[in-house]
Amino acid sequence: MQESSGHAMEKHVDYTGSKIGMWLFLFTELILFGGMFLLYSVYRYKHPQEFHAGAVELDVVLGAFNTVILLTSSMTMALSILALRKGNKKLSLILQLATIGLGLLFLVNKYFEWGAKIHHGLYPGSEQILQRGKGEILFFGLYYTMTGLHGLHVLIGLAVIGFTVYMTQRERITAEDFVILENTGLYWHLVDIIWIYLFPLFYLIT
Amino acid sequence: MSENEIAGTAHQESYLDYRGKYKGILSWILSTDHKRIGILYMVSLFSFFLVGMCLGLAMRFELVSPGRTIMSPQTYNSIFTLHGVIMIFLFIIPGIPAALGNFFLPLQIGAKDVAFPRLNLLSWYLYMAGALLAVLSLFTGGGPPDTGWTFYAPYSIETGTNVPLAVFAAFVIGFSSILTGLNFVTTMHRLRAPGMGWMRMPLFPWSLYATGWVQILATPVIGITLLLVIIERFFGIGVFDPAKGGDPILYQHLFWIYSHPAVYVMILPAMGVVSEIIPTFARRTIFGYKAIAFSSVAIASVGSLVWAHHMFTSGMSDFARVVFSLLTFIVAVPSGIKVFNWVATFYKGSVKTDAPLLYILAFIFLFSIGGFTGLMNSALALNLHIHDTYFIVAHFHYVMFGGTAFAFFGGLHYWLPKMSGKMYDERKAKIAWLFVFTGFNLLYFPMFIIGYLGMPRRYYDYPPKFHNLNLTSTIGSWILATGLILMFTNLILSLYRGQKAGSNPWGGTTLEWHTPSPPPLENFDEIPHVTGGPYKRTKE
Repeated sequence: MQESSGHAMEKHVDYTGSKIGMWLFLFTELILFGGMFLLYSVYRYKHPQEFHAGAVELDVVLGAFNTVILLTSSMTMALSILALRKGNKKLSLILQLATIGLGLLFLVNKYFEWGAKIHHGLYPGSEQILQRGKGEILFFGLYYTMTGLHGLHVLIGLAVIGFTVYMTQRERITAEDFVILENTGLYWHLVDIIWIYLFPLFYLIT
Repeated sequence: MSENEIAGTAHQESYLDYRGKYKGILSWILSTDHKRIGILYMVSLFSFFLVGMCLGLAMRFELVSPGRTIMSPQTYNSIFTLHGVIMIFLFIIPGIPAALGNFFLPLQIGAKDVAFPRLNLLSWYLYMAGALLAVLSLFTGGGPPDTGWTFYAPYSIETGTNVPLAVFAAFVIGFSSILTGLNFVTTMHRLRAPGMGWMRMPLFPWSLYATGWVQILATPVIGITLLLVIIERFFGIGVFDPAKGGDPILYQHLFWIYSHPAVYVMILPAMGVVSEIIPTFARRTIFGYKAIAFSSVAIASVGSLVWAHHMFTSGMSDFARVVFSLLTFIVAVPSGIKVFNWVATFYKGSVKTDAPLLYILAFIFLFSIGGFTGLMNSALALNLHIHDTYFIVAHFHYVMFGGTAFAFFGGLHYWLPKMSGKMYDERKAKIAWLFVFTGFNLLYFPMFIIGYLGMPRRYYDYPPKFHNLNLTSTIGSWILATGLILMFTNLILSLYRGQKAGSNPWGGTTLEWHTPSPPPLENFDEIPHVTGGPYKRTKE
């Protein structure tokens, strides 16, 4: 990094600098979720049986389907950067829009999944849930908080990709200057990775 | 590069004379110039500082005699909460990095600006938004929060006061702090002037580098913790609610996993300021450059592992307590290394005791008292005795106020001539310093004694036997406030009446002294090429 520092100052765009900034930001996101994973591990250690019982009630098929959707969306995201770097703006736009579509599909599924749970009276503070054991209260409390916060990140990611679509269309993101798209991709992969941990921890521990 | 070289060439216009797209106040609040942002921060920080100071004075006045003096117990609870929230989240955490760091980091490493200028402005807006929310929380909902600045669960999820908004305010300010840290770390990786290797970077940037990492890695933990308090209050998920199986002690752990490292966010930049001022006023190269630079990093890393020493009485295994106690003793070592190196720098120096150095000497003295009493706190047996007493209040005011704020004031006297191009009145500055230093000790030292004798902190009332010491302390608060008002008045007057400062009034060696005062818009007429260490003195 040292040799190129002189150049970075002359140009007003610094590719490496932007990437460093983005990675530092991703660290903060990881640690934000890290706090919740810490809570999860403590409470699961305290109540292994009830966490098991809670996980049985989650819909593994829907969860698995959402995992596939998010993984595919990460692929389309990565390909959109590749397409742009190869100079194919149109394909890049299609792939970015596909990512948005898959992200929306993920949220629609999530909506139905949450909806069904809430319909059955399983939500924080509901009468039904308060009759259950403390471990299950905590399991569902964490389930809603963690997947909810993850959903919020998906939503933010979608907004940002919407922005890159606009920028690519207006040629503010180009084959030469694509760092914004690449950083958006990094963010999207992070959202994906967090889901990859959430899925087994909530759905597969039965 | 000597001063003559600069004097001979035509300069770019100064950042204060530059006419950009906007005029008046807009030229400040829409500017992405790190120097203007630094000043924006400084003005806002000190405004909040004065508010916090008034709250502190009100608390001390209530405690001037036993029983009710001027306010009800509930008001007192709100006032100490507010005093803590304002001083910690709005003044001392952003403090030196946001104000002096923004202004001088790019100058000291020979850069034109920080790596992400627009993000820099955004962090100021987030900071102000957080401050606004904090103010709003006083007048809406159930009234001002009464939890103390720590927002401990389960009380914070049960009290009827307006905790959610205050907590959200802290969350937003935390975000601002993260962005500043991220910006500074990237800046130092990418924008050091040609020839400035890491080992040629001045020590203030080094301390900001360590601080930046702590901001990036620790702040998200409090972010999520505070968010969970809000979610807990609105949805009752149960994670901190013992009735639902949650564990309030986990809240304390998460809280201190951030808030202890945050202590180093407060003190490390102050140590950086000290390391700048001492070599200038001792007319010496800093002693042990590497030791000071690396001890910043050491403090930042070991400091991240000591959080549970705030919880020795909260319920933890003996083994954990011993480990945390040991780690806490260890973290004192790098601080000690710094103090020894600073003192050694004076050896055979030709010391000039102007106001900046007076504040720094006060820093070393007060910080040492704060540090040693910190070691007393970290001894398990003694901790049980003094936990939650005025001893703790005295300890952290010696470290935070006697340490960080004194270094901040020293830095202000040292660098204001560079920022404004005007020199303050030295004699008045010294008189103000005397008031501040005397008042400070009179205010906080008695607290060590009453704390040791058993007076708990955050109490509205006390038995008559503590009266004399409390009275002394309150009188000290008046002297301190007088000194602070004198100091600020003197500095503000310098902007109007001060004599021209010249590019290098103190004989400093780092890069910011190699450019005119106030600096031109892009900091340097030519990007400097660095050929040696930051504190190397050539024969004059």
